[in-house]
Amino acid sequence: MLESVSQTLILGVLVGALYALVALGLSLVFGVTKFLNVAHGELLMFGGYASFWVFSLLGVDPFLTIPATLIALTLIGAVIYQLFFVRMVKLPEESKIKNTLLVGFGLSVILQNLALRFWSADDRGITASYSSAAFTVLGVRFPMVRLASLLTALIFLLALHLFLRKTYTGKAIRATVQDWEAATLMGIDIHRVYFLAFVLGAALAGVAGTLVAVNYSIEPSMGLNWTLKALIVMVLGGLGSITGTLVGGLLLGLTESVTSLLLSNNYREVVGLVLFVLILIFRPQGLFGTKEA
Amino acid sequence: MLSIDAVDAYYEDIQALWGVSMEVREGELVVLVGPNGAGKTTVLRVISGLLKPASGRIVFRDRALDKEPAHKIVALGICQVPESGRIFTGMSVLENLELGAFVPDARRERERSLKWVYEIFPRLQERESQLAGTLSGGERQMLAIGRALMGKPRLLMLDEPSFGLAPILVDQTFEMITKINREGVTVLLVEQNVRAALELASRAYLLENGRIVGQGTEQDLLSYQSVRSAYLA
Repeated sequence: MLESVSQTLILGVLVGALYALVALGLSLVFGVTKFLNVAHGELLMFGGYASFWVFSLLGVDPFLTIPATLIALTLIGAVIYQLFFVRMVKLPEESKIKNTLLVGFGLSVILQNLALRFWSADDRGITASYSSAAFTVLGVRFPMVRLASLLTALIFLLALHLFLRKTYTGKAIRATVQDWEAATLMGIDIHRVYFLAFVLGAALAGVAGTLVAVNYSIEPSMGLNWTLKALIVMVLGGLGSITGTLVGGLLLGLTESVTSLLLSNNYREVVGLVLFVLILIFRPQGLFGTKEA
Repeated sequence: MLSIDAVDAYYEDIQALWGVSMEVREGELVVLVGPNGAGKTTVLRVISGLLKPASGRIVFRDRALDKEPAHKIVALGICQVPESGRIFTGMSVLENLELGAFVPDARRERERSLKWVYEIFPRLQERESQLAGTLSGGERQMLAIGRALMGKPRLLMLDEPSFGLAPILVDQTFEMITKINREGVTVLLVEQNVRAALELASRAYLLENGRIVGQGTEQDLLSYQSVRSAYLA
């Protein structure tokens, strides 16, 4: 009993870190630009395919496909931003959220169909040579791939944290989030900040896609499911905080795995959404968010 | 140095400025006074590019500003202390000051500017690593001014720096502004505290209902009936 409980908790943490990375890009983009890009899951799907093809064609280690995926999604993000989102920058906040929501839905349909056209509806997955490898501590299994994913997620969370804290550009991004007009008066070009945040968000979605392809599988219609996960984590953790995103991810991962232990695996998807609704009713600023965020 | 010529400006459909013309010469401390809602802040917004004029010209050191985006205008050396400071409350005092020196020219001289600002406001150095949101009202105002100074301004624009401060802090703030001006920074000051502002100004403009209705030295302005009755009764 004790072993299965610890196993559940460990798996919850491992999955949760992945969820945090899935939400990180969406949260960054929304925090900075107030664009709610519901095509985030589709960007993630493209990231998964990018890694899948690099892995299949070149035969490199799945985790070494990440740089290529980052570059691919940076470019895709840049194109999408310039085509669709650049026009939204000047809208007032409320219509910005509504308009980007609609654009995002349209975009997700387009991206899904492009994926279907190029890569068919088949499920694909990345199976590393060490996919089934694991080590056991006190009867609890630690799968290698999941551990490597955890490490990758933590590296990217930490890297973004350091970027936002330590670099001039990162500080400009944070200043823009707090007061874009005052930021403009510092000489910060907020159009560049928006562009950068969006592209970074797309790149982070890409890495998350790599991890999803390694741990689960990918197919063209997977996006919505992952957008929902990202939204739940974002709402749990509150906006504008990387720590909040990490905790939100872990919380969702743990809730899901505990649910499948206590109830049944069928309820694990539902329980996240129930959590989502409860948070929105009782604590709309998120568990760690402040009121005005 | 800065000349504004017949500027009209609108918020949506509502006209806020009507043919405003002003001039600020190198080294001057010019004050813009007027009642609440006269459009004083709008004048600053038009200069700094946050609001584009519908017509008229704004020229700063032989460069037309009216088409330049706001962030480029900062790089030309026009730094603004916006109304109520608008410091970045979620960031440290030092980070706020660093952001003040965001434009390339100012960033190169960051260390020297920081020393200068800490000389003027030693309190900011003591609070360097504190979150700006935890500062007192007076300290916030210092930070807002210090942040603008970090941008190596040729022209420093201040929007009601005395607003909401205790009387003793108001005097100190005006002293600071005079001192900064003596160190060679040209200043355009928007104030409601008319008597105090006129005392330190080289020249002043009076704005009412979006129009310049008077200008000149302290004595000139004090001779306007509206100034006397409205502010100095």
